[in-house]
Amino acid sequence: MKQPSNGAAHLRLKAAGAVATILSLAFCAAASTPVLAQNGSVKVGVLQSLSGTMAISEVAVKDATMLAIDQINASGGVMGRKIVPVVEDGASDPAIFAQKAQELIQQDNVVTVFGGWTSASRKAMLPVFQRFQSLLWYPVQFEGNECSPDIMYSGAQPNQQILPALQWAMEKGEKRIFLLGSDYVFPRTANYILKKYIVHDGGTVAGEEYVPLGGTDFSSVIAKIKISHPQIIFNTLNGDSNVSFFKQMAAAGMTPDKMPVMSFSIAEQEAHAMGPSLVQGSYAAWNYFQSLQNPLNKKFVAAFKAEYGGNSVLDDPMIHGYEDVYLWAAAARKAGSFDPMKVRTAAIEMGWQDSPMGKVEFANNQSLYQTAYVGQLEPDGQFKILWQSNGPIRPNPYDPLAFPGRSCPAK
Amino acid sequence: MRLKHVFDGLILIALALAPYYLSAFNLSLLGRFLALAILSLGLVLVWGWGGILSLGQGIFFGLGAYVLAMHMTMVSLGPGELPDFMMWSGLDHVPAWWSVFHSPVLTLACVVLLPMAAAAILGWLMFHRRVGGVYFALITQALALAFSTLLISEQAYTGGFNGLTNFTTILGYSVDGPDFGRGLYWVTLGFLALSFILCQWLRRTNFGKVLVAIRDGENRVRFLGYNAMAYKTVAFAAGGAMAGIAGALYMLHLGDISPAMVGVIPSIEMVVAVAVGGRESLTGVILGTLLVNFGKDWISNAMPQLWLFVMGALFVLVVTGMRGGLASLPQIFFRLLHWRHKRVAGAHAASAIEAGNPAPTVEEEAGAQKAV
Amino acid sequence: MWHLPIIAGQVFNGFSVASILLLTALGLALSFGQMNVINMAHGEMLMSGGYLSYLACKFVHGPAAFPCALLTAFAGATILGALLEVSVIRWLYGRPLDTLLATWGISLIMQQGARSIFGAIGVEVVAPHWMDESINITHGWFAGLSLPFIRIFIILLAVAVLAGLALFIARTRWGQWLRAVHQDRDMAGALGINTKRVDLIVFALGSGVAGLAGAALALISPVTPTVGQSYIVYAFLVVIVGGLGSLLGTTLAACLVGLFSAGAQMFTSVSFSDVLLLVMVVVLIQFRPRGLVATRSRALKEA
Repeated sequence: MKQPSNGAAHLRLKAAGAVATILSLAFCAAASTPVLAQNGSVKVGVLQSLSGTMAISEVAVKDATMLAIDQINASGGVMGRKIVPVVEDGASDPAIFAQKAQELIQQDNVVTVFGGWTSASRKAMLPVFQRFQSLLWYPVQFEGNECSPDIMYSGAQPNQQILPALQWAMEKGEKRIFLLGSDYVFPRTANYILKKYIVHDGGTVAGEEYVPLGGTDFSSVIAKIKISHPQIIFNTLNGDSNVSFFKQMAAAGMTPDKMPVMSFSIAEQEAHAMGPSLVQGSYAAWNYFQSLQNPLNKKFVAAFKAEYGGNSVLDDPMIHGYEDVYLWAAAARKAGSFDPMKVRTAAIEMGWQDSPMGKVEFANNQSLYQTAYVGQLEPDGQFKILWQSNGPIRPNPYDPLAFPGRSCPAK
Repeated sequence: MRLKHVFDGLILIALALAPYYLSAFNLSLLGRFLALAILSLGLVLVWGWGGILSLGQGIFFGLGAYVLAMHMTMVSLGPGELPDFMMWSGLDHVPAWWSVFHSPVLTLACVVLLPMAAAAILGWLMFHRRVGGVYFALITQALALAFSTLLISEQAYTGGFNGLTNFTTILGYSVDGPDFGRGLYWVTLGFLALSFILCQWLRRTNFGKVLVAIRDGENRVRFLGYNAMAYKTVAFAAGGAMAGIAGALYMLHLGDISPAMVGVIPSIEMVVAVAVGGRESLTGVILGTLLVNFGKDWISNAMPQLWLFVMGALFVLVVTGMRGGLASLPQIFFRLLHWRHKRVAGAHAASAIEAGNPAPTVEEEAGAQKAV
Repeated sequence: MWHLPIIAGQVFNGFSVASILLLTALGLALSFGQMNVINMAHGEMLMSGGYLSYLACKFVHGPAAFPCALLTAFAGATILGALLEVSVIRWLYGRPLDTLLATWGISLIMQQGARSIFGAIGVEVVAPHWMDESINITHGWFAGLSLPFIRIFIILLAVAVLAGLALFIARTRWGQWLRAVHQDRDMAGALGINTKRVDLIVFALGSGVAGLAGAALALISPVTPTVGQSYIVYAFLVVIVGGLGSLLGTTLAACLVGLFSAGAQMFTSVSFSDVLLLVMVVVLIQFRPRGLVATRSRALKEA
């Protein structure tokens, strides 16, 4: 600081800094004037990862959501108003999901938001929706143990996906089960519930292993599988880890026909991307398969292919992302309002709705009654449906065996 | 010199009045980024002046954030209740090392002391074996990875991949209250201003001078009889404490903390913001942090596919072409003016600009050319 | 559970993990030792190798496909490395921390580039059919041990590359120059060695070897835009543990890390064994701050 010239330079820097700060703050102030919704339209938020590691799955859900919005707009909108979607990118980062959710609600004044995939993104958005009393429609199966009044959970609860799969395996006589998952909340919680039921139903847990998200080395896990001789593997690995796992299993001589694998995160999209030959013959449990034979599903598949090309495949989270918009529109019509709390009440009270995945209805815990299916992957990348539950299953966020005495707080 | 304080004051006033002219959303963004700026100030101390590049600031950031989040989780529980992740991981009671954080006093102390202690221990372990420079950067990076992996895998105690969220109150104030955002903003700004003044004061003390001397020539300083290890450890611990405070404030703004915010990539992004701002300038890194984060928000909105390209390119450009970061912009500008007026004297200045070096001070010239 | 074949199987797995790590770390160790350059984009060289071998397998079919893929990966990554050296690294010599940050920027760009070209989900390289088999031991002490050909191949590849590099450094003219620059850059320059060109060769060669690692890795797991990132931190650990620029040290360190992981994973979860590994390295640094095989020198260097 002794040199005067340096001090002067410092000073100029400060001046420039002050000016820059004031200018940028002024810019933000100017940019932040809320844009009012025009009459004749209603704004909704669509928030999925369009970039980053989750983009591959979430872009497909966004496409399905947009298709539903277009279809509803083409048939006259909701209560005479056109739906205007505001699409935001969650960038596969929970903090950004929270930030964008707040932006959608506060800045864009959307009446509701469709989006989220990972539990972490949902957990990060939850306080935002709670604070602003808005409503999030969450389309993916998850670990339960949550019933926020500000979220509509259309994806499966554990008792609508993993427990039916266990029931199916037990009925087949496969009672020695190895649990393998990526190291995050859904696999750990799902396996916690599974372990309770396996023991309860007279089966054996052959082993339980977790691999860090995105992990690619399965040599030790496969060694442990070999030692423990399971009859079936329940696989909750996420994303690309599946490719490494199935490849290295095959290299170790354990193909899906020799060692059955039931996967909870491999749907048509993932199978298509991995190349069906690798996972052919393995099982999956979902609430929707593209191969479901019903008129609504045929219409949905045809409409989606017309919009996004004949090669596109559809899967469970996509149908939920699509159906959520229809359920929201039906609830808004019943409520006669777009107010989130009125829509929520109406959604619970509106009764059974027809959908491409069969009949669905919101229970009073804001989750969806839905049917569970077990399918086996065919060489063409589609699932052959082997089993289905006895009608739609009541969603149960708190499993009575695993979490006795817990239930959604009364509202 | 007095004029300089006036400018600092002007920035402070502009920031302090932000709640009156910014929308609630932009205010919450600004508050969040100002919290990160506290961490950046710590990095100026550690990296800019101390020459210690830490790629593991996320650890200390995370420690601060998690400690406060644990407290808020404990406070939001009813009697006999368990946090949801403990329940679904099969715990039947809250472990003792969790329940102590019910105390607000202990929590607030730990927000500062725990990251500081962690940094001090890590710093001591490394510096006393004279592990520095690149080795230190890579080891801290590995530790950041270990930290986030551990947070994810110990789900029963940390909330796993989802982290901790769903809080109700902090020190008796409801986090959903209408004035909470505004109050929190001022608290954040207060901490930032305090850290700024503290750092500026530190730089002028003997401690600051020796620290810079160590950066420029550690062995020479050691041969003069200074205990370089102690100076570096103290600087690193102070940087850790600032990161902890930043983490706690950031967590409050966001209402959520998860391993995704403390791992390898966020830790590097923190360093990026500092490099862009100019690693040696306190005002520069605050502006750099705001610019990088607002820029990220804006670019990722406008073109989600492109923002990584832009970030990457910006980074390469700043590091290769403009070592002083944003803070050197006015200098470069004024030097160019100067060069026009006095061509003869300008030759020297221009060569300094080309090298991207700010004007050498007396101390720096007395040090060595070997700055990292 | 602790039978001989299982232990032998884990040792084998450890070596196969170590082979990939070694291939990844060799280039880093070379350029680190030679030029004091930290290349954070090195993982992306591995990634490019993977994608290049994927492309090669798409265009070439039959028995020539895989050798062709290996060659493409090596050549492609070498060229990329050379480009990177000329365009960025060259300007940052003597500023290791700055190279670290600048190459991080490069790695972001390359990752997003791969994502834009190939998509976020992994592509895969189908291994040649003869690699689908495995050696199954049915008699004797090791009954039940099964060694997949894919992993044997990867280990052999690593050994071959290591031998090749050692020969290159010990026996060729370029290797001699390389050793000279490594020992005393100024003196080597004074004796007429074009040190810049030696640097370029070392950097490009190191990138090429990482490309080979990518091609090998593609046999057992998908190639994704972030595949490099998941290996780079461990590769750096290998370099740190091994010591500056020593082939022997890097090899020892890779084996140590591979065997440690494989061993720890039998006792604990994969996540936790990663944490243990990182803690082990910090402890090791306490005893060997300059790595397992440190170059002895009386010079007071500030790394």
